[in-house]
Amino acid sequence: MFFNDCVSVLKRSGRIRKGLSPAKLLVRLRPWLFLGSLMVVWQFGAGRQSTHILPGPLSVAAGIVELAQRGLLLRYIVASLFRVTWGFSLAAVLAIPVGLTIGSYRRWEMALNPLLQVLRPISPLAWIPISILWFGVGDVAAIFLIFLASFLPLTVSAMNAVAGIAPVHIHAGQNFGLGRAQLIYRVLFPAVTPQLIVALRITLGIAWLVVVAAEMIAVNSGLGFLIVDARNAGNRYDLVVAGMVMIGVIGLLLDTGMRSLEQIESVRWGYSED
Amino acid sequence: MGPTQISFKEHPPAFQTSRKAKLRAEGINMVFTRDGAAVPVLENINLEIREGEFVCLLGPSGCGKSTLLNIIAGFLAPTQGQVRIDGELVQGPDSRRIFVFQERGVFPWLTVEGNIGFGLFRLPRSEREQRIARYVRLVGLQGFERTYPHELSGGMKQRLEVARALAVNPDMLFLDEPFGALDSITRLTMRRELLRIWEAERKTVVFVTHDIDEAAQLADRVVVMTARPARIRRIVEIDIPHPRDISSPRYLKLRDSIFEEIGLAHNV
Repeated sequence: MFFNDCVSVLKRSGRIRKGLSPAKLLVRLRPWLFLGSLMVVWQFGAGRQSTHILPGPLSVAAGIVELAQRGLLLRYIVASLFRVTWGFSLAAVLAIPVGLTIGSYRRWEMALNPLLQVLRPISPLAWIPISILWFGVGDVAAIFLIFLASFLPLTVSAMNAVAGIAPVHIHAGQNFGLGRAQLIYRVLFPAVTPQLIVALRITLGIAWLVVVAAEMIAVNSGLGFLIVDARNAGNRYDLVVAGMVMIGVIGLLLDTGMRSLEQIESVRWGYSED
Repeated sequence: MGPTQISFKEHPPAFQTSRKAKLRAEGINMVFTRDGAAVPVLENINLEIREGEFVCLLGPSGCGKSTLLNIIAGFLAPTQGQVRIDGELVQGPDSRRIFVFQERGVFPWLTVEGNIGFGLFRLPRSEREQRIARYVRLVGLQGFERTYPHELSGGMKQRLEVARALAVNPDMLFLDEPFGALDSITRLTMRRELLRIWEAERKTVVFVTHDIDEAAQLADRVVVMTARPARIRRIVEIDIPHPRDISSPRYLKLRDSIFEEIGLAHNV
């Protein structure tokens, strides 16, 4: 029995694993090969057309280089990340404790749930006029929009995470003589962390979507502004697409960063299938 | 217990424990309200458990034996009646008495070490580490100290939970169908392990099960309960020392008396 235990544990923890075979290498490379061939087709197609439907990848690349040389690329990326960082962090700092608290008290949850459910389907973009009315055109309006976009999903996720804690874990914590603060710190937090990480990852994605939209209207810097500005000031669609590509790449990097949190040993249990 | 054992050795009686009452449940009634209707779950339970005794609460699924265990452990307050342990009224959970759930009770965010040390937060570091090492050995989890529960098998998780409970040196253990989710071979091994640990540590054990064989193999006394609302139908003393020869006439007679008590025939 002990031996079987060991083998099954090693299998599950992936310590018994085959080397990377050529066939598997091909599987790994396949998405990149596909992307590469798509680029070729794109370049070819863009070169064949006379009207300007879409700039080709080479001119987009040239656009990125041009932006970098003019010093705009880094400035706009920093501006966008700055707004996302503030809006998202403020939302996380407020929404997680609020959500955990509401989720812990069934009556609060029942009282507040209708309000949250009504606010949730309202796109954060619908708040643009109000945020400009309150904060004027500028960083604060954009940060406020990102805050709004992040706050509600995070609150709801934190509420659900608390409600989903296994009662046996709470009981076990109480049984070992934990006081209220200890119970929160040693049982409640670790129990909800895996779900909160997922919620933060998804919400950061939303925040990144919203910052682009907010920058198109409320400010005059950032990647969203770049896109609108490039179009308005001379129909530079190569720069428009360059901005889009940068938004995509940075979004991917943000997501990858958040996803790496899911690899932390003490939260992995939350994602395993069994 | 696994293979049939015939033993010629003289064993002391199984319950040569002190006769001192450890736990006394008096006039326990429990009524749940479900959809506005009152559902009586426990009816006039009176039970005394002696110190160091191994008692099984046996009854059909859903009869309310788990409810009784939760009341004894202080997680539920009875509608009527009271539970006293060492003369003290039970008013909530207490770290002197640990409840062992099915293996789901281990904390998945802590390693084996972290789980066993969970209740030892008041001890100085060196003592805590000694205790952890001791209970890792006791339940045979050496080499898995840094492993997380999701990488362990069901039986290992169950042993881990027992170790976590024992590490705080409680005087009582409450086990709620602890081996119910395990396969039958692991379950037999776990029963033997539990008995070995119980004989080494001499805790008072209250063990809930719906498995007649399990109750007859483990317990000093089997408290046979009725279907809901649960009452105590009879208490059967299993006066056979461990390790028990489960083919001995005495064992079979006692086991069959439980079967009869529950109203089951001998034949399947």
